[in-house]
Amino acid sequence: MIVAEQKPLNEIKSMLKGCKKVLAVGCGTCVTVCFAGGRQEVGVLSASLRMSTDLDGDVVNVDEAIVQRQCEAEYNAPLEAGLDEYDAILSLGCGVGVQSLAQQFPEKRVLPALNTKFMGYPAEHGVWEERCQGCGNCVLHLTGGICPVSRCAKSLFNGPCGGSQAGICEVDATTECAWHLICENQLKLGLFDEMMEVQPAKDWSSARDGGHRRIIREDVRIPDEEKA
Amino acid sequence: MTSFEPEIVAFCCRHCAYSAADLAGGGRISYSPSVKIVELPCTGRANALEILHAMEKGADGVVVAGCLPGTCHYIKGNTQAKHRVTHLRELLKTIGLEEHRTRMVNISAAMGAQFVVEITNFVETIKELGPSPLSGETSNTRTEGQS
Ligand code: SF4
Ligand code: SF4
Repeated sequence: MIVAEQKPLNEIKSMLKGCKKVLAVGCGTCVTVCFAGGRQEVGVLSASLRMSTDLDGDVVNVDEAIVQRQCEAEYNAPLEAGLDEYDAILSLGCGVGVQSLAQQFPEKRVLPALNTKFMGYPAEHGVWEERCQGCGNCVLHLTGGICPVSRCAKSLFNGPCGGSQAGICEVDATTECAWHLICENQLKLGLFDEMMEVQPAKDWSSARDGGHRRIIREDVRIPDEEKA
Repeated sequence: MTSFEPEIVAFCCRHCAYSAADLAGGGRISYSPSVKIVELPCTGRANALEILHAMEKGADGVVVAGCLPGTCHYIKGNTQAKHRVTHLRELLKTIGLEEHRTRMVNISAAMGAQFVVEITNFVETIKELGPSPLSGETSNTRTEGQS
């Protein structure tokens, strides 16, 4: 899932400068599951903003709404009817949600209440770890199901590096060396020989390095003549 | 200030503090009449949103009263509540309110007199802090949230 966390309250307050009334919009999918932008978080943030701006003597009225999936226009459409009364929308969606609202309601300012961090895994209640960087050419079949792009600090493809110590990454003492994990896993699976093959340099053009990415699926795309 | 009688909301667990309050009432031990008791199935149900809403509506203090450590009917509800209250105090400071406006206390169902001691103690703390800046006239500029 996409993992995000709320920006500091004061940063959000400074974004709202000049606004009298805003609509806080949460999202019922990834950011609900990671406790950053679900109904509860929308309620707590909105109440905090109302109270805090009231104490500052420059009150911002914050109304609350939640949509099931903020990154899809259909779910956001019902918001449109009431938007006139708001100076801005405060999105508690991930960066995609914020941009969806901004694109859909171009006449409104849309402000991000969250910092979108990564695609991650809930390692324990309250702890999320990055697992994928969307490199566009997955190699997990070669690496025992452990991603070297997101979990190795150097995104090595022929690790580990010389800094791997007792299973810990040299870059951060709290992080397991991804390549140590990969080697152990491949050994366990009897695939160590396979792993000894040197991997060629990765073509990063399928990743962010190749610029803005887009997927076009003609099989599911609605032909132009059928579009309403 | 001497006449200030704080508005207190007490979120009380049905299995302990709520019964303790009952016991205090039955025993005619009096405590501040402005304490509004809200019965919960467990203090594990008390979350930041409810406590904040009480404060937003002008409560001068919010106390969460759960079972003694290790005796929660649902095993960990009271320790989770304590954890939440601790974090909520940090949020209160960020918002601009005093952290001592909320507190977690632990009481068993048999401790009617102790319930009154804990509540009276909290009321005294809130009296020292004075009225919440969000109570009364100051907060009339706000409208209600939608959900
Ligand atoms: S190899 Fe690429 S696609 Fe596969 S998990 Fe890692 S970053 Fe994601
Ligand atoms: S120690 Fe391991 S995870 Fe860290 S940079 Fe080296 S190979 Fe990558």
